[in-house]
Amino acid sequence: MAIGYYPGCALHGSSNDYEQSVRACLKVLGAELKELDDWICCGATAAHSLNEKLSVALPARNLALAERDGLDELLAPCPMCSMELMKAAKEIAADNRLRDEMASIVELPVTGRTKILNLIQLLERFDLKPSKPLDGIIAACYYGCLLTRPAGIVNFDDPEAPSSMETIVARLGAKTVSWNYRTECCGAGKTLCDEDTVLELSHKILTDARRHGANCLVVACPMCHVNLDMKQAAAGRRYGVDHDLPVYYLSDLVGMAMGLAPEELGVDRHFVVRLHHG
Amino acid sequence: MDIAPNQVIRLIQNGQTDKALRSAAIWKCLSCFTCSSRCPQQVACAEVLDALRRLAAEKGVAAGGESRTLIFHNAFLHNIRRNGRLNEIELIGLFKTRATLADADLSFLFKDASLAPALRRKKKLHLAPGGVRDRELVRRIFQRCGA
Repeated sequence: MAIGYYPGCALHGSSNDYEQSVRACLKVLGAELKELDDWICCGATAAHSLNEKLSVALPARNLALAERDGLDELLAPCPMCSMELMKAAKEIAADNRLRDEMASIVELPVTGRTKILNLIQLLERFDLKPSKPLDGIIAACYYGCLLTRPAGIVNFDDPEAPSSMETIVARLGAKTVSWNYRTECCGAGKTLCDEDTVLELSHKILTDARRHGANCLVVACPMCHVNLDMKQAAAGRRYGVDHDLPVYYLSDLVGMAMGLAPEELGVDRHFVVRLHHG
Repeated sequence: MDIAPNQVIRLIQNGQTDKALRSAAIWKCLSCFTCSSRCPQQVACAEVLDALRRLAAEKGVAAGGESRTLIFHNAFLHNIRRNGRLNEIELIGLFKTRATLADADLSFLFKDASLAPALRRKKKLHLAPGGVRDRELVRRIFQRCGA
């Protein structure tokens, strides 16, 4: 059965390498994606910072579209989107008055029954038997903020000591390291409006991963990738170091272990590129 | 942050909400939910910071030094209202113009321009991305939310 797919703005924008990776990876795993028709932005940090009702209504419109089109599950590979969709679904399902209000705002009935999945939750369903084990990879799995937080909303893994990504990466034949910055935030959507904070946090994350013996980072978020990959050179210049640490999407590693070439996953479109490890 | 999230909560408890509203901290916040997740008293600190941002923006009392974040959020919502989905080039253009005018710092306008050729080469730059079909509906949703 096809799984509903909510790409979100980042994956249709400058993080389209993530979309390429997710699509190629899931195709090789045999999962069929059905993109939500005429989806709209989830509102992200801007909506919940400035207008509470809008921060429910924008995801609610997408939940309503999924219900209308009979999609029981929706994959949202961006943790910002998945958290906002989960939050709206939870609030709407628990409150009849909000449900009615949202139905009139978004012009479609909405009950909040859609199950929202982040990328890790979907990948966990597959029996990942690598045809090309990732021998040379020593990965620092990086969760950042919204994959596991707020715990009451996303209800996924352990917000202080998560392990889901390490489990998947180990199954692919790669090594993982134990390190300190797995759940620290990278600065998220502040890349443009508070670059100083982003560069400082990215520098700390990259430094700690390197110090613990990793030869790459693994993320499951478009914003983490922007701040750690695209901004890696700027962070290095700021602090006088050359981090030289490739940053993979989790779907890159799964895809490569299943025999896909890095280029098929868009790995050559990252800023820090290393096509072979080991 | 000029004050930590737990101190923001304390200010409110002490009736000094006005000071919390004018703090740089509420705009420096990354909405990463670490404070909510680690609060020993289970206070939803991040959600409180959200509420303070909304109040500060509404009352026009946002701290001067952190106004770039507010300008960014406003430009972001303006963009979604227009297109239904994010148009990155348009967002960057509007945000940079407004922030440059606010700070009178022309260097900010072109600060990230050097990334453009690499983004173009990596096929990450979209001059005309696809928006949603029903843009009027998006506008109605914004209107009904008072946005």
